[in-house]
Amino acid sequence: MAAPLTLLLLVAVTVRAALFRSSLSELISERVEVVSPLTAWKRVIEGLALLDLGVSPYSGDVFHETPLTIYLFHFLVDYAEVTFMVSVKKNVFRKQKFALEADRYPLDCLELIRSPKEMYYIPLKVAMFYLLNPFTILSCVAKSTCGLNNAIIALFILSTIKGNVLLSAIFLSLATYQSIYPLTLCAPALLYLMQRQYIPVNFRRASFWWFIVQYAFMYLGSLFVIICLSFFLLGSWDYLPSVYGFILSVPDLTPNIGLFWYFFAEMFEHFRLFFLCVFQINVFFYTIPLSIKLKEHPVFLIFMQLAVISIFKSYPTVGDISLYMAFLPVWSHLHRFLRNIFLVSCVLLACSALFPVLWHLWIYAGSANSNFYYAITLLFNVAQILLVSDYFYAFLRREHHLTYGLYLKRKDGSEATLVLK
Amino acid sequence: MGLLSDPNRRRALISLLTRLNTPICIVCYMAGVAWFMGLAFEPFTLRTYMSENAMGSTMVEERFPAGERALATGREFSAHKKRTGGMPVEWLMKTMQAKGLEVFTQRFSRTLPFPDENKERYMVRGTNVYGILRAPRAPRTEALVLSAPCSPGDNNNQAVGLLLGLAEYFRNQIYWAKDIIFLVNEHDLIGMQAWLEGYHHTNTTGMDWSPLQGRGGSIQAALSLELSSDIITSLDLVLEGLNGQLPNLDLANLFYAFCQKIGVLCTIQGKLQRNDWDSVSGYSHAVQTMMLMVMKQASGRPWGDHGLFLRYHIEAATIKGVNSFRQYKTDATTIGRLLEGMYRKLNNLLERLHQSYFFYLMPSLSHFVSIGYYMPAFGLLAVILLLRALDLWVQLSTPPQRTEDGVTDIEPVRGTHFKTVADLLSLLTPLVISHLTGVALYMLPIRFQEMAVEHFPVSETEAVVLTAIAVYTAGLALPHNTHRLLSGEGTEQGWRVLKLVAVLYLAVLLGCTALINFSLGFILALTLVPVAAFVTPHVPKVLSAFILVILSPACTLLFSVFFFQELQEMPISFQDGWLLFLSVISQGILDHSLYGSLVYPLITLLVYPCWLLFWNILFWN
Repeated sequence: MAAPLTLLLLVAVTVRAALFRSSLSELISERVEVVSPLTAWKRVIEGLALLDLGVSPYSGDVFHETPLTIYLFHFLVDYAEVTFMVSVKKNVFRKQKFALEADRYPLDCLELIRSPKEMYYIPLKVAMFYLLNPFTILSCVAKSTCGLNNAIIALFILSTIKGNVLLSAIFLSLATYQSIYPLTLCAPALLYLMQRQYIPVNFRRASFWWFIVQYAFMYLGSLFVIICLSFFLLGSWDYLPSVYGFILSVPDLTPNIGLFWYFFAEMFEHFRLFFLCVFQINVFFYTIPLSIKLKEHPVFLIFMQLAVISIFKSYPTVGDISLYMAFLPVWSHLHRFLRNIFLVSCVLLACSALFPVLWHLWIYAGSANSNFYYAITLLFNVAQILLVSDYFYAFLRREHHLTYGLYLKRKDGSEATLVLK
Repeated sequence: MGLLSDPNRRRALISLLTRLNTPICIVCYMAGVAWFMGLAFEPFTLRTYMSENAMGSTMVEERFPAGERALATGREFSAHKKRTGGMPVEWLMKTMQAKGLEVFTQRFSRTLPFPDENKERYMVRGTNVYGILRAPRAPRTEALVLSAPCSPGDNNNQAVGLLLGLAEYFRNQIYWAKDIIFLVNEHDLIGMQAWLEGYHHTNTTGMDWSPLQGRGGSIQAALSLELSSDIITSLDLVLEGLNGQLPNLDLANLFYAFCQKIGVLCTIQGKLQRNDWDSVSGYSHAVQTMMLMVMKQASGRPWGDHGLFLRYHIEAATIKGVNSFRQYKTDATTIGRLLEGMYRKLNNLLERLHQSYFFYLMPSLSHFVSIGYYMPAFGLLAVILLLRALDLWVQLSTPPQRTEDGVTDIEPVRGTHFKTVADLLSLLTPLVISHLTGVALYMLPIRFQEMAVEHFPVSETEAVVLTAIAVYTAGLALPHNTHRLLSGEGTEQGWRVLKLVAVLYLAVLLGCTALINFSLGFILALTLVPVAAFVTPHVPKVLSAFILVILSPACTLLFSVFFFQELQEMPISFQDGWLLFLSVISQGILDHSLYGSLVYPLITLLVYPCWLLFWNILFWN
């Protein structure tokens, strides 16, 4: 296990280092698909410079990162190393995480369980999916701070799965502090931790509420500490509107791979607030139905939530996508139930190639326009949604087979098929 | 969503698609070609019309009187050009100043990567001279350009003369709202490149030039003028620019409208328009015109000095005077009036030309085919690739006892992990090796020229071209056995996976190419799609290898050279064709390093490796 992992790491680091040195890194770090106004390294540098000059980095409309990040970079300017460390760390932690997670399944029915051997390779596959994913490589070479967010979320997942309530709450609050949206991950975290401690999910039970209060206290407490820490470091509350206001009210309509920019660029100003609310509630809303449906499977719920966040968040980049894509090998036992995987992967592939082409035609050649680019963005997101819903369907289908047996018979004895209507 | 979720319907559709795969592919191919040929048929095309309001409804009256004097200036210019043996900078500056322009010069120098044998140049050094007529009626935020190249020999003197004549006349008019820049550029495109880079403060190709001293506003449109005789019979409009980019169709409409108004014969691709579209000869005439445009666009090189403007988002075209032996004659005064009219209309523009089409093909000057009409032709070809990919996917994902829905599947046994690793390696090896060959093809020709010249009796240019051909051929011999080094015998599964990857790769590649340069994408699709569709390790080797070579990118280029000559009604012998082919390769490499044309890197770094993958599949065992 260690040898392939080391090899993988070496390959990943080499690819990044090579790209880093090449002239491409400049180009990549300017791509709108890879960096968003929130995560662009260029803006971090600007913020640092302002901080050095003794000016609040949030004056002006350039810097939107959280204060702790900027202080972090203040001390650790060699970012490449940070990102490498982060990916390495994540890799190792992931490994442990899935080694742990592997214990959960063997209760399942015979044909559908995964052999221990397959389980054994899952952490490696996850590491490979994350580290060699071109999206991750791009976002690392662009020095996007997205890698940092991903690392925090990965740490959160790890600590949750290990059952460490305090660490889980702390990392969740850090992730929320970075970019609000991971807030929705508290539902799966709670479900998982309760499952581990054999607390039934029952609204009438005091132990259930007691656990929720405990977790909420830890979460809010650490969030409070972080926010106050930022306040004391900066000496002002400037960063609140500049970071969270920026995320929630979407003033920057630079094209990206998300759904917000075109919609809000085209909209009449007096509808803006309404649709802003609709769009933002949309991100959070899926938590409720999904956690009701996937009450028993919090790990899958985490995957779904991450996917939903990365599709519907206000400034998505390819780095966010790579985070939930890293989970795909975990669900390799679902592959036989996937229906559209070929179609979806073709579309994703084609869209990723078409993004720069249509950008070129729109911005440089001037012969196409924003509609071309947005069409591809839409297609890309539709493909992602199809991918996620396909996995969801496959998961439910597998559950169905686990309860009713793999070979369904009709009443007359012929073979039955399941139809989703 | 019924199709996506109902397994029965899905199964029916997929079995239909896999069972009828080959017939559907053949039908799609024929339909694609037929659709493309149908584009030139006049009832299927649209008439051109002026979309831009600012240029459409306003009337202008052309009064340019001084054609004869312009020609006299041209003769004077020619005399000075002969005396100085190049660009008569001093004389031009003095003349332009006398006409009341602000005159500036720009020096530039450029060493080509290897000597250009067509134009006989290697170390290029020259000067651009340009004069700015400041707009009297508006803040000088926008500009128009009229340029004429100062060519060696006796060419183009009339164009410079007419340019100076127009400058003098324009100077005395009061209605200009945009600066007009009169540019005489030396060494045609190289000078133009230096001037444009200087004007926009960019340096994309590593050329040496002195910064511009004077500047107008942002350039809205440009025309380049080429006239080589006192009296011409027709005017030819050249639209194709760098990387197959075209100017807004309104510029062509403007030219056509004025030719109609003033009564000048106008052509596109050197072909007059004919009215007998319903006869066979009329249709074939339209096809010829359109094919010429397709070939020129596919070459990705600028076909006139205007070609480089397009990169800076400036609509531009070249107007060429043609003197053939027709009865109908036009003098310089008429051409001057035509240009005056066009500039006055351009002067009326309120914003950049954007109303009309940017993606079009023209079977004649008065008709065009827009992107919505020609893309289906390409789409029909691309669908073949997707169908093949689907077929392969179904084959790969259904081992014998498996139905599509996956329920009756037998769980893959343990050990699959190692098998997939072997599969992965046998997939990666050809991919990496063919791309390395592509990189070698891209890098080596220019790097190795000195060595080649030392060791072989060839000139530098020949060295470059022959190295390119040698690397290309070596690529055929090299990689087709390599996957065995790592993974032993190639498996049935192995080539299917490789072919699936190659087919999808080709589909994405061609799709992106067709969006940027439709003609190139279509020609490549025409030759590469059949290859991609039929190649398996089980077809007869020798015959298929022959077909594969015939349809490879280099042979496509060779055929295109002959076909192009045929279309221009200048058929050539095989010997000349071969020489032309070699010079086309060297021109392609030069275009890439001088102007940043993307065709050469596209072919060497992406298309050729992709083709090599299919070559690999043929020799899989």
